[in-house]
Amino acid sequence: MEPITYLEAIRQGLWEEMERDPAVFLLGEDIAVYGGAFKITKGFLEKFGEERVIDTPLSEAAIVGASIGAALMGMRPVAEMQFADFISCGFDQIVNVAAKYHYRVGTPVPMVIRAPYGGRLHAGPFHSQCPEAWFVHTPGLKVVAPATPEDAKGLLKAAIRDPNPVIYFEHKYLYRHEKGPVPAGDYATPIGVAAVRREGRDATVITYGAMVQQSLEAAAAVAKEGIETEVLDLRTLSPLDTDAIVAAAEKTGKVCIVHEATQTGGLGGEVAALIAERAFRALDAPILRVTAPDTPVPFSPPLEDAYLPKAEKIAARLRELAAF
Amino acid sequence: MAELHGLPPDDLLKIYYYLRLTRASEDRVIKLYRQGRVFGGVYVSNGQEAISVGSAYALAPEDVTAPSHRDLGANYVRGLTPREYLAQYLGRATGPTRGRDGNVHYGDIKRGILSFVSPMADLLPVAAGCALAFKIRREPRIAVGYFGDGASSRGDFHEAVNFAAVLRLPVLFICNNNQFAYSTPLARQMAVPHVADRAKGYGLPAVIVDGNDVLAVYTATKAAAERARAGEGPTLIECKTMRMRGHAEHDDASYVPPQLLEEWRAKDPIQRLERTLREAGILSDAEEKRIAEQITREVEDAVQFAEQSPLPDGGGVTQGVYAV
Repeated sequence: MEPITYLEAIRQGLWEEMERDPAVFLLGEDIAVYGGAFKITKGFLEKFGEERVIDTPLSEAAIVGASIGAALMGMRPVAEMQFADFISCGFDQIVNVAAKYHYRVGTPVPMVIRAPYGGRLHAGPFHSQCPEAWFVHTPGLKVVAPATPEDAKGLLKAAIRDPNPVIYFEHKYLYRHEKGPVPAGDYATPIGVAAVRREGRDATVITYGAMVQQSLEAAAAVAKEGIETEVLDLRTLSPLDTDAIVAAAEKTGKVCIVHEATQTGGLGGEVAALIAERAFRALDAPILRVTAPDTPVPFSPPLEDAYLPKAEKIAARLRELAAF
Repeated sequence: MAELHGLPPDDLLKIYYYLRLTRASEDRVIKLYRQGRVFGGVYVSNGQEAISVGSAYALAPEDVTAPSHRDLGANYVRGLTPREYLAQYLGRATGPTRGRDGNVHYGDIKRGILSFVSPMADLLPVAAGCALAFKIRREPRIAVGYFGDGASSRGDFHEAVNFAAVLRLPVLFICNNNQFAYSTPLARQMAVPHVADRAKGYGLPAVIVDGNDVLAVYTATKAAAERARAGEGPTLIECKTMRMRGHAEHDDASYVPPQLLEEWRAKDPIQRLERTLREAGILSDAEEKRIAEQITREVEDAVQFAEQSPLPDGGGVTQGVYAV
């Protein structure tokens, strides 16, 4: 199989789902004629027509709300937020209407919100954020964050087929910087299942999204020093694969949690608490975190470099853990 | 016997019945509230029943409504039963939300009733989304979003109306302008005299109707519904009325000038229809008595049903967060 980019994998996933199910349609800003800010939906309008590839007004609450209504009427909307940063403008619709609907009245709301997120593109405080924790803290939503082209396609298909609202965090840096093979034919990556990306006995990294690649780089670097690192890619952030997290922590007894999002209130705290509750006796060292600092995402390259967790920072923490 | 507004006597009597059933149900719940038998707040539509009954009566069964909190009448017209209404208020397992949500937050997708949420105007983009689904599938159905004067200040109202106008969606926006949003009077809500004025900037037609004249509301809705069904897009209907009680029963509404209430009490929508029907020879004393007795029976049966229904089992609290 020829490796394809993460971006191409998302494009393929959308295309195939639209071919498979006439209830699937796309809506968002600049997605039709222009083909999307990142060109993921380029060519979709020509293939699927203006009733299934809909350019909307600049109006996130309307885009999310309309997706909810269409989903309630049996459609499978896939809404694009253009940048995950703008999802805050549709936040109330997501957390108050979409997330609670099934619990309240038992009616499913099958919809996907694509949220291009993350930094390293020098795009500043409003085009670089990682807001996944807002949604992980909201019962009723599913939240996924693929790290590889295979998962990007497979999780998107699973999200579209899921009867619940799914926030699909696609990392913008990975769009063109991550390539890999995807399976031939139709497949879906199950939501709620983490994946071990590297086996190791000395320390465990638990991570997701663009930090999977950084963690694997770090693991390769410290392997030369004899430190073997297990790397667990969460893939789904809500609901968490708690068994996989506990197993990965128990395996090495030394855990470093890595995410690009800022630290306080981030997913890392939840994973750490889970390990403390369920795997305390297996721990041989404090649980560490490598995250962004609690600041907005800065613009200028030296500032953003200092802000982002990267392989070198992760490797340093792995050495600390190994020496503990 | 004469037709009024194109409606034969049977329909007119049904409208009269729904108006009275709505008021009797809400009056009964107020009584239960005062007796301490209701959990949570009580929100009634006293004095403005004509808006929801008249508009809903103009719809087809396959249409969809997104009610607000003073639209019991519309829900009754669409098939909600007094038993469900009472069971909901009393937090019973037999209510539409099985105790997961309270008072006016019921809904039933099978009867085309969306489930109200408390952030005002949130269901307007959702209604637009239902209409979007109908448009994509070329179904001759329409959606109706209800809201109040206060909700018309929210961004979600503006986003929904604009979205629907731009995409020419078959949706009606029906405002019950009852002059107070909790304690906030119209003059503090908007600097224009009419909610209908707000539609002008979005390029959709808006009509102003006497909200205490159920037949006028019916006629306006019928015309707007036909327009939407013909593919001519959304309409905003502003129904002028007055909230005759507090925001909820815990609110004595002492901020409302008493003479304003006196003025509007003389325009009571139920008495008004009753006079019209008597003058037209459609409602006799015997018929009035029959309807009153039927409503009393139904409401008392509903109270008994609700009070004898079990409360939900607390052990089920985590069930149903996700659809499977």
